[in-house]
Amino acid sequence: MNNFLISFFAIWILGWWLNSILSRRESSTLIKFFVPTIFGIVFLIMWELLVLALSINPILLPPPSAIGVKFITEIPTLWIDFTQTLIKGALSGYLLGCGSAFIVAILIDRFDFLKRGLLPLGNFVSALPIVGMAPIFVMWFGFDWESKCAVVVAMVFFPMLVNTVQGLSLIDHSRQDLMHTYSASYLQTLLKLRLPSALPFIFNGLKICSTLALIGAIVAEFFGSPIKGMGFRISSEVGRFALDMVWAEILVAAMAGCLFYGLIVIIERQLTFWHPSQQK
Amino acid sequence: MKFFNMLRKLFSNGNIIPIVTVLAAIGVFWYSVAIPMNSERVARKFKDLTASEHVLKAWNLEKPKLPTPHQIITEMVETVFFKKITSKRSLVYHGWITLEATLAGFILGTILGIALALGIVHNRAMNLSVMPWVIASQTIPILAIAPMIIVVMNSVGITGLLPKAIISMYLSFFPVVVGMVKGLRSPDQIQIDQMKTWSATPRQLLWKLRFPSSVPYLFASLKVGIAASLVGAIVGELPSGAIAGLGARMLAGTYYGQTIMIWSALFSAAFLAASLVIIINIIQNITLRKMAIIR
Repeated sequence: MNNFLISFFAIWILGWWLNSILSRRESSTLIKFFVPTIFGIVFLIMWELLVLALSINPILLPPPSAIGVKFITEIPTLWIDFTQTLIKGALSGYLLGCGSAFIVAILIDRFDFLKRGLLPLGNFVSALPIVGMAPIFVMWFGFDWESKCAVVVAMVFFPMLVNTVQGLSLIDHSRQDLMHTYSASYLQTLLKLRLPSALPFIFNGLKICSTLALIGAIVAEFFGSPIKGMGFRISSEVGRFALDMVWAEILVAAMAGCLFYGLIVIIERQLTFWHPSQQK
Repeated sequence: MKFFNMLRKLFSNGNIIPIVTVLAAIGVFWYSVAIPMNSERVARKFKDLTASEHVLKAWNLEKPKLPTPHQIITEMVETVFFKKITSKRSLVYHGWITLEATLAGFILGTILGIALALGIVHNRAMNLSVMPWVIASQTIPILAIAPMIIVVMNSVGITGLLPKAIISMYLSFFPVVVGMVKGLRSPDQIQIDQMKTWSATPRQLLWKLRFPSSVPYLFASLKVGIAASLVGAIVGELPSGAIAGLGARMLAGTYYGQTIMIWSALFSAAFLAASLVIIINIIQNITLRKMAIIR
């Protein structure tokens, strides 16, 4: 038993030592990749050893290895839940919510009165616990993915609206004047000058919304869902104390979240290469 | 920050008319949508109504699909002022339970966030190894773990406030870490060099330069953090089986089809979030004025 504890501390010290040596060196992409990776691996090993060393009941805190095994054996179920919650619920709501917020932002950008009325309210609503709308939407749109989609739309709409409007209202007068001397129409100025220069803000909104969408779709299922979906699986497996399955679902959510976020970052780099924050 | 700007704009310059107009438009929209949404239930309950009676009934149903604002406000006034505070039907009672967990989690999260930020700024190894994971941890829909944390902690005998506070802590530490790292790094190289010419120790550098310059960043993060903390506390109340708190009120409302109850819980949550942010804002203004950062 104690051997586990000794190796626990040995791994800890080894990881710490390795990372402090690596981080003293000249920083390069390789080091920026290896240091957090070592940290992550050491963390997982320490978790595994801690469960063994203190003989924690694996029902309460399953070791990473058990979670990994569960993840691989339950891939079919996880895939069903993934499509139900993340593709049907979160992704559709994300596209609908961000898309409509984008269009509304362009519309209200033309009218100063609307902008001054909606923007402060949008900021206010962004700070509210919108997740609480979930039970209402479940009541209105039924148990299936439509209600989850609606919750996601409600959650992402205002953060996206506020960010897009902020981006559009950044006016560089000399550039506007230049467009004017080219006798550019409203649409041309919008498409060729204002939207591109608003892109960093738009992407900021898209990034914030990506996490909100996942949260909205999963939490909405706690209020009622068909017998599939990640939120449903989490709440029902918690009830049966099958926590390894819960962790496997969380692993799926984490991977999907990181992947989606990463995708947005890659698109951002392609489109806003000119922005100071993207330059090395 | 955003919220503060909103309030300042609301009261100082000419935004009040547009805001009231938009609010009025929302109100008109709400009442007009309530008629078709509730008409099915009205038709089920009452027969042979004239059109105007139908509309009135739709706005005042007992269990409407969409309650009207005046119904929600009546319910809120009744459950806030005309129920004993200790009663299970009092919104103050439920609101207080949620608020307790929110504040406990928020304080823990702020302390954890500041500690992590200090480590990240002072230790290069920690910066390289922890920071990517702090950011990655936020792309995970962490609220999904909430039920598990609650159930596991309940089964080892920890119940009540603490499990909810831990969820709130997890949600609120992130904005604090990011804001504080930015804030502690905000002094210019010139200022740091100046401190060095005075042969300041690392501790003096921290307390007299880095920490004071991070305060505005800290307050901006605290406002985001407390809103997130409230969401955490509400979601943390769901798996415990609708016993107490605003989240439990929403869940109980779903079980019994009491839509007005859900909406009034939702409005109180919104009210709580707004007041908490305003309170932090006031503290921020006083502190920054004392520190002569703003005048």
